[in-house]
Amino acid sequence: MKSSITILAIESSCDETAAAVVKNGREVRSNIISSQIKYHKEYGGVVPEIASRKHIENINQVIEEALESASVSLEEIDVIAVTYGPGLVGALLVGVSAAKAISFATGKPLIGVHHIKGHICANYIEHEKLTPPYLCLVASGGHTHLVVAKDYTHYEIIGLTRDDAAGEAFDKVARAIGLGYPGGPAIERMAKEGNADAIAFPKAKVSDNPYDFSFSGVKSAVLNHINGCKMKGEEIHQADIAASFQKAVVEVLIEHSLMAVKEYQLNQFALAGGVAANTALREGMKTAMEAIGVRFYCPSMVLCTDNAAMIGAAAYYEYQAGVRAGWDLNAVPNLKLV
Amino acid sequence: MKILAIDSSGQVASAALTQDNQLLGEISINHKINHSVTLLPMLSELVRMTELDLSSIDGIAVAAGPGSFTGLRIGAAMAKGLGFALQKPLLPISTLEGLAYNLYGAKDLICPLMDARRNQVYTGVYEFVPKANSENEKDSVPSAEMILREDLQNKNEREASLLSYYALQPHVAPCALGIADITDKLNAIGRRVLFLGDGANVFADYLKEHCKISFGFAPAHLNRQRAGALAALGMEYLVAGKSVPASEFVPEYLRLSQAERERLEKEQVYT
Repeated sequence: MKSSITILAIESSCDETAAAVVKNGREVRSNIISSQIKYHKEYGGVVPEIASRKHIENINQVIEEALESASVSLEEIDVIAVTYGPGLVGALLVGVSAAKAISFATGKPLIGVHHIKGHICANYIEHEKLTPPYLCLVASGGHTHLVVAKDYTHYEIIGLTRDDAAGEAFDKVARAIGLGYPGGPAIERMAKEGNADAIAFPKAKVSDNPYDFSFSGVKSAVLNHINGCKMKGEEIHQADIAASFQKAVVEVLIEHSLMAVKEYQLNQFALAGGVAANTALREGMKTAMEAIGVRFYCPSMVLCTDNAAMIGAAAYYEYQAGVRAGWDLNAVPNLKLV
Repeated sequence: MKILAIDSSGQVASAALTQDNQLLGEISINHKINHSVTLLPMLSELVRMTELDLSSIDGIAVAAGPGSFTGLRIGAAMAKGLGFALQKPLLPISTLEGLAYNLYGAKDLICPLMDARRNQVYTGVYEFVPKANSENEKDSVPSAEMILREDLQNKNEREASLLSYYALQPHVAPCALGIADITDKLNAIGRRVLFLGDGANVFADYLKEHCKISFGFAPAHLNRQRAGALAALGMEYLVAGKSVPASEFVPEYLRLSQAERERLEKEQVYT
């Protein structure tokens, strides 16, 4: 088997058109991301049809730029990888169809990658020491999973959200207090100005699984608080709400993660997903894990949000495990992790 | 000259390969809409059975729209991926023009109707007309410059000899219209019409009731999207220089997304 594998990875599951060249799963040669945020902002969230249209406009340029900035020709690529779920079906189909065509035209093997596995594997890119097993919290706009990474391609889900994803709660609360989309960075900025202990928002527990999450309760509590203020004619303190809400969410994420590393006796922990870009979560989790002697890992900001480098990282391990996709590879919007 | 063509704009998934004036292979499936699963395996089968060396093709013809948004993008993304990997130009052809080309040489007007939902059709009106000067040019005396550039002349003549006698002339350019509006337009033109496309089935009763002109429906083997027609037209496009780099091709939807439409409607209400 060839000792060095260079992968061209493509990601179009939501509102970023992305392509990357990744060598041996851990060395990122290029990581190009074309964000569509400005097109979706005025709608207060991602509009699937607009996302799909922007993907088809940009896909070739993004791929070409990824090869160019990696100084790699298409001939030098060994494997084509693409996100095939979960995500917006129309958006996924652009990347999947283009990747299949490139693989078909060049005869290079095709790997379909699970988006969440990509987020988890983003940790391998900058952390040479990180090897399975470890506990990983994946939190993004669409997902909140607590998983045990058993090896490079197999995962066990031990907890997940029963309702809203953590990032989704950030977006909804941001909208409710007039901060707009995307909510994560907006809440974080606003929270810096506020008092996190000003309002006690509930931290919902799910009765039958201690590792599961529920964020709709805290979201409703914020909405009730806002309505209460309005009824009493009181001013709404955006910053205090943002800070208190963020604290409630971050604390639950940390508590469950701490419980899980202890229960599963793991000495390594990794954060992943767009919400991992939240500084309060990164710092809070790092402090909490290191206090009990667990090594803490987290991707740099650019590798937390959607990107193709992480897809290239995950694809490398899938490739080594012998996984190959056929020409009938389809987009699977609700693809399961296990 | 080899042209590979794909169309996934409607319920039909179709892939074809032409070499000069021969159709070497065509696979069309008009079954369930699952183009993401079927189109590339079809293309793969076509390439295998025609023993095609993909690097030998001259261009990739693709249904440029209108059609199902997602269907168009599956074909578009595949064409763009092929064009990028093979370094070949794309030949985007209006889905409606491609449909009309199925009825090559018809003396009647041709009206493709694609069901666009919301009681609308994607449609256009076309007519086959003999190309201007296509006969006369052969008799004209070549200029001195042309004789000096004999190779080019030979190449042009060879290409010209492959091109078709008729050109497709639009009377109504591709658009999204209510079925009543296109029927009115056809009644106003007042000529015989051949209908085709999935919209012809959906609105057959309406047409029978409201068309004041004589009309007919195209038969089964000609009344849906066929990549063979795109490939044949694609060669004409390539010779005419109507090719685009793979990176620049974007489907022509003829319709905004629902979110954009609703936003514009709201803005119009307030202004």
